[in-house]
Amino acid sequence: MNNHPNNDSPIESDCHNNACSIDINNLTENKEMDQKIYAYAHMYPKDHINTDEIIPARYLNMDKEEDLAKHAMEDLDLNFLTKVKKGDVIIAGEDFGCGSSREHAIWALRGAGVRCVIAKSFARIFFRNAINNGFLVIECPNATEIKDGSKVEIDLDSGTIKSGQSYNFSPLSDFAKELIKCGGLMNHIKNDNNKYGNN
Amino acid sequence: MDMTITEKILAKHSGKEKVIPGEIINADIDVIMCHDVTTTPAIDLIESNQMKVKYPERVVVMPDHFVPNKDIKSAEMVKKIRDWAKTNKITFYELGTHGVCHALLPEQGYVKPGETIICGDSHTCTHGAFGAFSTGIGSTDLAAALGTGKLWFKVPPTIKFNINGTLRAHVYAKDVILHILSLIGVDGAMYAAMEFSGDTIRSMSMESRMTLCNMAIEAGGKSGIIEPDEITLSYLKAHNKESDKNKSFDYLKSDQGARYLKVYDINASDIIPIVSVPSLPSNAKKASELNNIKIDQAYIGSCTNGRLEDLQIAARFLKNKKIAKGVRLIVVPATTEIWKQANKEGLLDIFMEAGGTVSTPTCGACLGGHMGILAKGERCISTTNRNFVGRMGHPESEVYLASPATAAASAVTGRITCPQLTNGDQHE
Repeated sequence: MNNHPNNDSPIESDCHNNACSIDINNLTENKEMDQKIYAYAHMYPKDHINTDEIIPARYLNMDKEEDLAKHAMEDLDLNFLTKVKKGDVIIAGEDFGCGSSREHAIWALRGAGVRCVIAKSFARIFFRNAINNGFLVIECPNATEIKDGSKVEIDLDSGTIKSGQSYNFSPLSDFAKELIKCGGLMNHIKNDNNKYGNN
Repeated sequence: MDMTITEKILAKHSGKEKVIPGEIINADIDVIMCHDVTTTPAIDLIESNQMKVKYPERVVVMPDHFVPNKDIKSAEMVKKIRDWAKTNKITFYELGTHGVCHALLPEQGYVKPGETIICGDSHTCTHGAFGAFSTGIGSTDLAAALGTGKLWFKVPPTIKFNINGTLRAHVYAKDVILHILSLIGVDGAMYAAMEFSGDTIRSMSMESRMTLCNMAIEAGGKSGIIEPDEITLSYLKAHNKESDKNKSFDYLKSDQGARYLKVYDINASDIIPIVSVPSLPSNAKKASELNNIKIDQAYIGSCTNGRLEDLQIAARFLKNKKIAKGVRLIVVPATTEIWKQANKEGLLDIFMEAGGTVSTPTCGACLGGHMGILAKGERCISTTNRNFVGRMGHPESEVYLASPATAAASAVTGRITCPQLTNGDQHE
């Protein structure tokens, strides 16, 4: 990938180095919800990419983002880490992230620089782990037509992905948007103590 | 308004009279189970957010994935959780009382009808077998629930599976769920609660019901659930914690007019012994048609099929027999109590005499952790729940999912073998 967007993209990914030491004060507002995202797409258009492929269980004796990132997508594509750059997106088919509940899947991808996963659909626990982490996930039925390595422009407001042609996606639910906007579930709880029973 | 059992539990736990599918609720959590793999990040999140465990008495720690510690990293992980449990006065199941958490939790009396149960593990859906709402979540969810006693849920729609009739000889709950997966696919119940009902279910033991609910996640389900009945009650009586002896629990049932996303009617007598071939649990084939497939290993254990009933079934096919030359048979009783009981009943001797080996309880090789990992090109018939690429070892190894009967019968011949076609036990 020669003309990689990280060489010219105005967007800086806000990936965290350590899954377990998120600095709550720096995450109160996730600004990427308000702007367009320019990124390069890595195409994995098959359905049912599972968490064992995203981060094999043999690495679950670790929980730090930088350690997990070294093995992201290892059992699906051994060359993934040589291709992916900070700020890129993955585009996949149906049921992305099926299988185990390991949040390590999100941390591995985020640690490897992935800023967003676009899929036809997501497995339930992967989806909730993503929004609980303030990690952007987009359900788009036709984005798998995009060519590997293409530049994409994601407009969260209008719900479109442009790459040559335009692909529409349904916006996230208000609740998911709220979680992503405030940087994840822990921030949300801090912002809304009463609702979460801290009484 | 008429509701399903799942909707009733979620309404009650979120202080509402009714809930409808799609609604976001914040529900009280009755039981939070923690294991070794997903808990340390939750501990870090609680501590970095200056939170405390709100209800330590609702939390139980049951390390199982890499137990006994497989390496220094997993030893450090468990040590951190052990220390945290001690500091927070949380019950910890130490080696010697340990077990695969989804087998251990009900055995130790933590699962009650009408309650809400979460764990950072996708197979938490197992406990719906008792008429509880039980679902797998991630580490951030775990931290939120530990810190607040509550967790957000999107109320799932329910898909109902009416299963009626008598199962044929050597057809078990595992075959039923693999049959259902082949019908609806690995995303056929995405985000939904899978409610199992019908007279076939009513006559199933709690062990079999757990096998069924355990694999709801393999259809993308949020939970599996079975209305509690007399069989549930008698299991609970035998496994009640001392402190629960005089408590009453919610034996909820779905209302007549409850709404279902879909209803499937399944004739139990149509189900035959099934093997799911790589690399999706829904890739069902007739066991009888796979007899040309040689195996290197047979694995009997896990939260799906490592309970006493499963070991009893496997033993019937291995008694006074020898496993095929070149085949490794690994039997993993799911909990310490199951191990002891299997030993008392002579089952462990049967496995050892047949040429197999028996390990201490662990999730172990099911997830490619340790204690039975596959090399490149090796093939395993396994009573576990996933046959994904690389699930039990090398990405070019293969996992075939089956019942304990099929796995045991296959160990004897060295090829995938339909248990109905062997001269194994006929006393079903």
